[in-house]
Amino acid sequence: MLSCKDVTHLLSERQDRKLTLSERLSLEMHLAMCQGCSNFKKQMGFLRTACRRYTERVSGDEARKE
Amino acid sequence: MSLPDTDDLPGLRRDMLRFASLQLRDDQLAEDVVQEAMMAALDARQDFAGRSALKTWVFSILRNKIVDAMRQRTRSINVSALAPEEEALDQTFETLFKANAHWTPEARPSDWGDPEAALHQEQFWAVFEACLKHLPDNTARVFMMREFLEFDTDEVCKELRISISNCHVILHRARNGLRRCLEGTWFGEGEKTC
Repeated sequence: MLSCKDVTHLLSERQDRKLTLSERLSLEMHLAMCQGCSNFKKQMGFLRTACRRYTERVSGDEARKE
Repeated sequence: MSLPDTDDLPGLRRDMLRFASLQLRDDQLAEDVVQEAMMAALDARQDFAGRSALKTWVFSILRNKIVDAMRQRTRSINVSALAPEEEALDQTFETLFKANAHWTPEARPSDWGDPEAALHQEQFWAVFEACLKHLPDNTARVFMMREFLEFDTDEVCKELRISISNCHVILHRARNGLRRCLEGTWFGEGEKTC
């Protein structure tokens, strides 16, 4: 059974490497029961989106909409 | 001797400087790198041919120059060395958990609602930048190489000469630091349920 602390590591690492099947299963089980870690997961996803968008904004990679 | 369609060179230079100094954490080095990128762009201007927006093209040159500078840098600094700021961040992280390694009620990550809405707000980006600047230097370098220069983790490790597990530790530290900073300054308390 994973702890929340373990889960934060897996949720970060899944952005950098493919998790193993057993890692994914234990992660999903934990997330199904823990709102805090589910929020953490969404936050990680948002960080990546924000970083991409930041780069696009500053480098003029996106069409100027605003 | 000008680049095609250079309507706002000072603006372009300013954006390049901002990007480079955020990444390199060294204003002088950022100046040098931007200078080099601009010169390289001038030298190669016949290759530009309008395939992409001028700014995008110049930024792709800038990214390469930043990577070169990072490579040279890591010969003289140890990216994996823990500065007091990194240690403080790690200690704070530990305080988020109870003895059984589950979240304390106060530290449980909150629901940010619809965070993507923030991406349309100018002010959010100022907060985001401030939070990035707030990260310890080496942690930020690794994180930005991964997320802003979009290197694979393997490449980041190789370029910066750190082990893959260390790379994961550093990226986790950066993400959690950034997350906490945004939660504290932008997304507020939100709802805490578990």
